Amino acid sequence: MLNLAIVSPLIFALFVPFLYKYVRSLHTGWFVLPLPVLLFLYFVQHLPLEPYGQTIPWIPSLGMDFQVYMDGLGLLFSLLITGIGSLVVLYSIYYLPKKKEKLGHFYVYLLLFMGAMLGVVLSDNAMALYLFWELTSFSSFLLIGYWNERERSRYGAQKSMLITVLGGLSLLGGFLLLSVMSGGSYSIRDWMAMADAWPQHPLFVPAMLLILLGAFTKSAQFPFYIWLPDAMEAPTPVSAYLHSATMVKAGIYLVARFTPIFAVSSLWVWLVMGIGMATLCWASFHAARQTDLKGLLAYSTVSQLGLIMSLLGAGALAFHGDLSDRRLYMAAVVAAVFHLINHATFKGSLFMVAGIVDHETGTRDIRRLGGLLSVMPITFTVAVIGSLSMAGVPPFNGFLSKEMFFAAMVQVANAHWLSLDVWGILFPVLAWVGSVFTFLYSVLFVGKTFLGAPKPSEWPKRPHEAPVGMLVAPVVLAVLVIGFGLIPNVLSNTVIAPAVDAVVNGVFRREGLSVHISHWHGWTIEVWMTIGVIVLGVLLYRTFDSWRRVYGVFSRRLSLNHLYDTVVRQVEEQSYSLTNRYMTGYVRTYFLYILSAMIALLVATIALKVDGGLSLSHLADVGIHELVLALVALIGTVTTVAAKSRLVAIIALGSVGYTVSLFFVLFRAPDLALTQLVIETISVALFLLCFYHLPKLSRHEKGVRFRLGNALISLGVGALVSAIALLAYSEKNFASIAQYHIENAYEKAAGKNIVNVILVDFRGFDTLFEICVLAIAALGIYALVKLKAPKGESGKYE
Amino acid sequence: MNELILRTVTAVVTFMIILFGIQLFFAGHYYPGGGFIAGLVTAGAIILLLLAFDIKTVRSMIPVSYRTLIGVGLLFALGTGLGGLVFDVPFLTHAHGHVMLPLLGDVSLHTAVLFDLGVYLVVVGVTMTIIETIGEEE
Repeated sequence: MLNLAIVSPLIFALFVPFLYKYVRSLHTGWFVLPLPVLLFLYFVQHLPLEPYGQTIPWIPSLGMDFQVYMDGLGLLFSLLITGIGSLVVLYSIYYLPKKKEKLGHFYVYLLLFMGAMLGVVLSDNAMALYLFWELTSFSSFLLIGYWNERERSRYGAQKSMLITVLGGLSLLGGFLLLSVMSGGSYSIRDWMAMADAWPQHPLFVPAMLLILLGAFTKSAQFPFYIWLPDAMEAPTPVSAYLHSATMVKAGIYLVARFTPIFAVSSLWVWLVMGIGMATLCWASFHAARQTDLKGLLAYSTVSQLGLIMSLLGAGALAFHGDLSDRRLYMAAVVAAVFHLINHATFKGSLFMVAGIVDHETGTRDIRRLGGLLSVMPITFTVAVIGSLSMAGVPPFNGFLSKEMFFAAMVQVANAHWLSLDVWGILFPVLAWVGSVFTFLYSVLFVGKTFLGAPKPSEWPKRPHEAPVGMLVAPVVLAVLVIGFGLIPNVLSNTVIAPAVDAVVNGVFRREGLSVHISHWHGWTIEVWMTIGVIVLGVLLYRTFDSWRRVYGVFSRRLSLNHLYDTVVRQVEEQSYSLTNRYMTGYVRTYFLYILSAMIALLVATIALKVDGGLSLSHLADVGIHELVLALVALIGTVTTVAAKSRLVAIIALGSVGYTVSLFFVLFRAPDLALTQLVIETISVALFLLCFYHLPKLSRHEKGVRFRLGNALISLGVGALVSAIALLAYSEKNFASIAQYHIENAYEKAAGKNIVNVILVDFRGFDTLFEICVLAIAALGIYALVKLKAPKGESGKYE
Repeated sequence: MNELILRTVTAVVTFMIILFGIQLFFAGHYYPGGGFIAGLVTAGAIILLLLAFDIKTVRSMIPVSYRTLIGVGLLFALGTGLGGLVFDVPFLTHAHGHVMLPLLGDVSLHTAVLFDLGVYLVVVGVTMTIIETIGEEE
């Protein structure tokens, strides 16, 4: 059932194009909507959770199965994916007009993504996880590039693809190392069970680094975050879904999932916490300078992901120290999970608000917006709720998790191992600075868009409040923001505790785990930090215009984006010039490569592997028939080479082929003879058809050097093939497999024609792939001839 | 060239070649033949038609899209393989048995024939797609 739940979006995606094509009267989104809703209900009824798994064998001999396992962490993510997914689909129905958009494509990509994401969070088999992981990168690429007629969309899509797929490959490397360490298992649960002995293993650190690279690229951590702002070229529902609520959290998921394996390493703690903190500060600082609403939200997502990441790093400390310490650091994991949920709710609603503003006014530039409060009161309310939650202001849910974040970081500063006693004080300070800027950009989001004087002259459209359908999803999310803020404990033991339990696997197994989130702890240091954030944040907001020049210090030429662009351009140019050097466009040049490589490889193999030379003692006598046929073939060959016109050459070549088929007849291989005969006939017809119309043999082909080179190669190939044929007779290193076929052809396959039995039965797989290759070749030729670009439209690389 | 002779002969001979192809196809499991050769022979017959008549005429004689034929053939081959999965045996496991049919008597039936039919269709489709595409271009 669980497997089915994962693949159901993928299966449903197959039908979407037909629904889109044949049912035009209804928005395709309405057909898609029930699926995530049903899945959500399916996952909800698993609360409270009893972990369970299922396996469908796939390639059992390689340990690769479609093995799924649902624990608290997987369930939490599944709920997010399907829950936010339902709202996003509902929102998209109103956001994407039925008439103008390629809805068929859109929903296929979206479902593809949904299935892939469920696969990532529910797979227990690492290889299945990797496959789904790359599928999320791929579907995200398609979604970002959805408006593919825009240059920026294509740029953003390519960028996200390059960075996340690179991370994915590194992840694959990490999985392979772990599999080697575990002695061939691919099950993540197996890995956890045997991970105790691993920290001393030489592959432990490389595996950890590779997996972290995968997680950091996916979750847009510093310095890989640069793809996320460009991903905002996607339609807004996609941004809300992939780039804030789900896909970017796959990296978080991965870090959480592998915490039980790696957390004992101090490097893990430092990397996850440090990178997370750096991301939080850097991105929140830069979010405030953004002038595009979605750009601002993108940077804010990056910073929030950094926050969650650093919490997971702090949570890894639960695997160190004594039991009372462990309890304290487990609170960091609780905070991480809680903030994950909160972020999905408030950021989802904020993205939808940004989409509504864009939809209604026609612009997302905050320099042109302002004063929308009077026209869009409901949107404004949602925006205020979301922003204040993001800023960490009570009573919203963001406040609770933000305060837990402060508490965790203060705790880190008090730790007395892993060198934290020296550097630990940095973390609460940085956390506070990051939160000040978080407050600033949250307030900027609302202030610049909805407050101040309206500028109707700047707006491309006359705005009014969004249609009800479009408001439903953000309002639902805003209600959740308030609800989770006021009564956070609905979540604590149903959703959060099982998820936390999965992260800190085993540490608290015996005592059981219970989570309680409270609003007030007394006048603790966290409260003062929050008050400080609000005071300084408001101050910064008031004086924003006077100090925003600071951002001018960051030169465009020194930025990471510039680095990325340079690298991509260089790679493109270098590979282009390299390719140009050997891709001449002449088939004969390619034959030269292929045949030379073949000679080199085969001669080397024979020299290394074959001992004992040619022995001619096994050979049969050559009769008069064979001699005559050989002579005919020889004459045909010489004529082919010496011919002055293509026509003669083709016919002479055909005669060689027919002679060969006579050879087959002579050696009693009727099947081969027949095949050779028919093939020869058809290929001569084909040759005549296309070569007859080519120009006369060119002067280039008559040059002495050209001819000499070709002669050498062809003589080499001829000598080599003859040598192999003779060697095959003189060497008897292996028992021939012919006997097996002779004995079993009738027994097992009830066929008397061994050749045919081999083709369709014993080696049917080969045949299947061969006809696939044939089909691809035919379609390739069809495409080349029929679908060539009109003149003047040739691409750059032609 | 006197096309009358060519055309008259072609009209007769084509049928014989195609029948021969079918014979090769069904004989394949016991005697020389099989889907691959049968497909090529059939394609040869159609090429002969193309030489004698022009593409338009041939297309009206055999109103088949060769590209579709490739797809159908691949589906046959793949379907035969997948059929095995229904009976919980590995992909592409064949089954055979003897069946008594009216008129024909004892007939041995093979799933391999279905697979071979796929090969046959693909080969005809591929060859004719290539030839027709290149031939039409001129």
